Amino acid sequence: MIAYIVRRALYAIPILVGVNILTFLLFFVVNTPDDMARMFLGQKHVTEAQVEDWKAERGYHNPLFYNAQEQGMDSFKETIFYTKSLRLFVFDFGRSDSGRDISYDISQRMWPSLAIAVPQLLIGLLLAITFALLIAFFRATYIDYWAVVICVALMSISSLFYIIGGQFVMGKLLRVVPISGFESGLFGVKFLILPVLIGVFGGIGSSTRWYRTIFLEEMNKDYVRTVRAKGIAEQTVLFRHVLRNALIPILTGVVVILPLLFMGSLITESFFGIPGLGSYTIDAINRQDFAIVRSMVFLGAVLYIIGLLLTDISYTIVDPRVRLS
Amino acid sequence: MPERQTELFLPKDVYNARPEENIHDCPSDSVHVNNRLVLWFPAIIACLLGACSEGAWNNPYPDGEETSNVMYSSFSERPKHLDPVRSYSSNEYQFIAQIYEPPLQYHYLVRPYKLIPLTATRLPQVRYLNAAGRPVSWERDEPIAFTEYIVSIQPGIHYQPHPALAKDDEGNARYLDLGTDDLEGINVLGDFTMNGTRELTAADYVYQIKRIASPYLHSPIAGVMREYIVGFDTFRKQVSERYKDSPKGVWQDLREIDFVGLSVDDRYTYRIRIEGQYPQLVYWLAMPFFAPMPWEAEKFYSQQGMEERNIILNWYPVGTGPFMLTENNPNLRMVMEKNPNFHGELYPSHGEAQDREKGLLDDAGKALPLLDRAVFSLEKENIPYWNKFLQGYYDASGVSSDSFDQAIQFGSQGDVQLTELMQEKDIQLETSVTASILYMGFNMMDPVVGGDSERARLLRRAISIAVDYEEYISIFANGRGIPAQGPVPPGIFGNIGGEAGINPYVYEWVDGEPKRKDIEEARQLMALAGYVDGFDHASGKPLILYFDTPGAGPGAKAHFNWLRKQYQKLGIQLVIRATDYNRFQEKMRKGTGQIFQWGWNADYPDPENFFFLLYGPNAKVKHSGENTANYQNPEFDRLFEQMKNIENGSARLEIIRQMTQILQRDAPWLWGHHPKAFSLFHDWYKNVKPNLMANNLLKYKRVDGEHRDRKRAEWNRPNYWPLIILFVLLLASFIPAVFGFYRREHSTLK
Repeated sequence: MIAYIVRRALYAIPILVGVNILTFLLFFVVNTPDDMARMFLGQKHVTEAQVEDWKAERGYHNPLFYNAQEQGMDSFKETIFYTKSLRLFVFDFGRSDSGRDISYDISQRMWPSLAIAVPQLLIGLLLAITFALLIAFFRATYIDYWAVVICVALMSISSLFYIIGGQFVMGKLLRVVPISGFESGLFGVKFLILPVLIGVFGGIGSSTRWYRTIFLEEMNKDYVRTVRAKGIAEQTVLFRHVLRNALIPILTGVVVILPLLFMGSLITESFFGIPGLGSYTIDAINRQDFAIVRSMVFLGAVLYIIGLLLTDISYTIVDPRVRLS
Repeated sequence: MPERQTELFLPKDVYNARPEENIHDCPSDSVHVNNRLVLWFPAIIACLLGACSEGAWNNPYPDGEETSNVMYSSFSERPKHLDPVRSYSSNEYQFIAQIYEPPLQYHYLVRPYKLIPLTATRLPQVRYLNAAGRPVSWERDEPIAFTEYIVSIQPGIHYQPHPALAKDDEGNARYLDLGTDDLEGINVLGDFTMNGTRELTAADYVYQIKRIASPYLHSPIAGVMREYIVGFDTFRKQVSERYKDSPKGVWQDLREIDFVGLSVDDRYTYRIRIEGQYPQLVYWLAMPFFAPMPWEAEKFYSQQGMEERNIILNWYPVGTGPFMLTENNPNLRMVMEKNPNFHGELYPSHGEAQDREKGLLDDAGKALPLLDRAVFSLEKENIPYWNKFLQGYYDASGVSSDSFDQAIQFGSQGDVQLTELMQEKDIQLETSVTASILYMGFNMMDPVVGGDSERARLLRRAISIAVDYEEYISIFANGRGIPAQGPVPPGIFGNIGGEAGINPYVYEWVDGEPKRKDIEEARQLMALAGYVDGFDHASGKPLILYFDTPGAGPGAKAHFNWLRKQYQKLGIQLVIRATDYNRFQEKMRKGTGQIFQWGWNADYPDPENFFFLLYGPNAKVKHSGENTANYQNPEFDRLFEQMKNIENGSARLEIIRQMTQILQRDAPWLWGHHPKAFSLFHDWYKNVKPNLMANNLLKYKRVDGEHRDRKRAEWNRPNYWPLIILFVLLLASFIPAVFGFYRREHSTLK
């Protein structure tokens, strides 16, 4: 397995280089270093000399990929791409264009993101599996029919609607939780209730439908028919046999998103004033802070690769027939 | 800070709401699983709600703060800079203007805006010098080569407690020579155990002006100041030479480098020498750019290891003002507390005639600041911010378009009133015309709409009549604005009201108010210009104009449609060229735009700060200035140079009148409108008077905490019954499923 993990880690390098080049291209197609300087220096009274000084100080005065004024390898080294990207591969994110240490900011801001994402995932998973099992049990009845209709309806509503509606109902009409805000410690729990509930509610339609499909597929298999023919009680069939086997695709589906929980949610964090990594990324995009955007995309790519690797490993754990080679 | 309430608290009704009896009797194993879940659910909810305080459940602030002398506000974007040498936006000034003190400030209540001393003992003394540096002899009518501003500051002013100023027992600086080991366990500024202070001196002001000139600090006003302060460029070059090979972040001791235009006369007096005349300099002396900076602070923050910990001057201000930043988490909250070393200042005892009646002089003579603390929470979205204001968790609010109808209504005479909802909550409204202008500019370099030809001028005037800004304000600004007649907004010297002040090319004076000229008159102007029904008479081609804008998306679509309709009145086809803001700015810099919309907020209350937007040597394309229309008129430029150097008075007003007439005739802009600011505030929030020039307003504000607490409690009683009913209904909806399960389990095969 170690050889497999090492091989996958090596495969990740060209992927990360590709992601980096793509991010770089996309960012600089929209923003030039001049734009970044002007965004940073403000709109009033800015002179060309100030713009040039700013770029030179932050290394944005060089060409993007190839420096024709240099010789040999320096033609590639004395470029924005080289100077800004190489250190990412040792997870040295450097400083943001406004001068703050990005690693420090990430380490501070991932906790609020996790505080929302982890309970949201766990509660959502628990409820979705419960509902999906129930619906699968009553397959082809009016309960199944209406449950699917409700699930589709829940899936069709924008998450923004859930957020605004949730804030209106729970925060404004019922006044049982704060409309927005964040705190650490026990006092902060009340700030988590609404975003977690909204996250669970917003995601439950799609996940219940998906799990229902998995359960139904499993329930139609021969071994389930055999178990039933033996006269085993239905709840035993469901919990001991169907649930266990259906957990393989569920588990692997969940494992892949686990690392991405760090990245936070862009809209939820913005509406609830949660200082997580989602709002960190969106702020950086708005401010044209390339150093942060590049770091966050790189981190997201790394976490996604880790997620895929964990999925492969989890396959071998939950299904002994699978071997990594 | 008060201790947080952590004991579990849940109303009895929530416990009683569990319909356990309904499921206890069910025999199935799976039902037992559900049963356990049902038992756990209220327990989880109880734990979660346990974190709620005994007060209102939706209170976002810790218990115990309610009645204290704290103001609650918000910010929507984290500030980029808290260093006064760089900071230049209102969201940054709301913090640093309370901390840093320039020598001058604006009087809080008096209008028109008046400069008064802040840390200075009086307004700066002004000396005019000839080329030899001797005082100008008025008898000989000598030209003025230099002007000197002599600023004397009050003795006995001290900085806020700060580790940079801490001294050990022997009187040596405690933290100015730190090794990397000394920073073990230090992550934020508050981790330094010792603080100190020292007296403010004139040298601190000079040090800060040197910082403005430093090429490494990128002050946004360096470009302006280099034109005036003597020796600015030389100093800049010297700094550059001396520190060009220094590693990044090393302290640059600017004290060691001479700056010809700056001198310290004594401990409390300094002088600034400028080239020629620039009377507007005194206004800059009321901005945080010119606030003092102790060299120790810069040295402290430049030490190795500080930047890695994000302990930087751009993040942790140090000033002499009434407040100091005690919690600096711009991702969540900024907290300012009263500076214990504040030198003391009294609430003004006079103002405008109606100020006493409005209660704005109730605190006259009281020691400032009136607040102990101000909490600014990050609130990025308007909806939660507005709702929290209505719940009493913010003391004041603006009025966004989303909430406008909820807050404001217009009376039968068009007067602005609060809605019943606002009146029930005793919310107050203050309106003021901002010292700003939103205009539509013509690129004067454009061959069709630009230039000095009569044809282009007539075309611009026709468009000026056709684009109905009264309608624009009504539709897109909810009536919050007044149509502009020229560049200078009301409240600024040079704005001429009434009939004399109207733009005669666009308006007529009818029944005591300006009335936009009939569209027929615009069509006649078009015909005179050689465009009939939107066609160029000479070539027979339709007249197509291009509007360059950074606006896009569904919100902007209505505006674009409206704009097309305005131009269509003259048969002109308007093509919208929407792009992102960066490309838009690039077009403006290169002069490739044709018609565009832009705005300007005054830096200071002087007409020069508006007329310079049309001054030839400030043209955007040729000189990278703020004259976005690239307007150039030698007569206007001559009058501008004359006007900017003289005192307000009838002579200046006459020149302004001539300048305005030239501009109205040439119409390089559609003058657009001056936006009106609407501010709402609760009745417990005192001493609110719009002051569009001053930024250090927090010290005048006061809150009635007990009144606020009562109102909050009244408005925020939790209403949990619908939740209980919902929970019961949810459980009841499971009953058919439970019975179905039971029936299926016990049914026989058929």
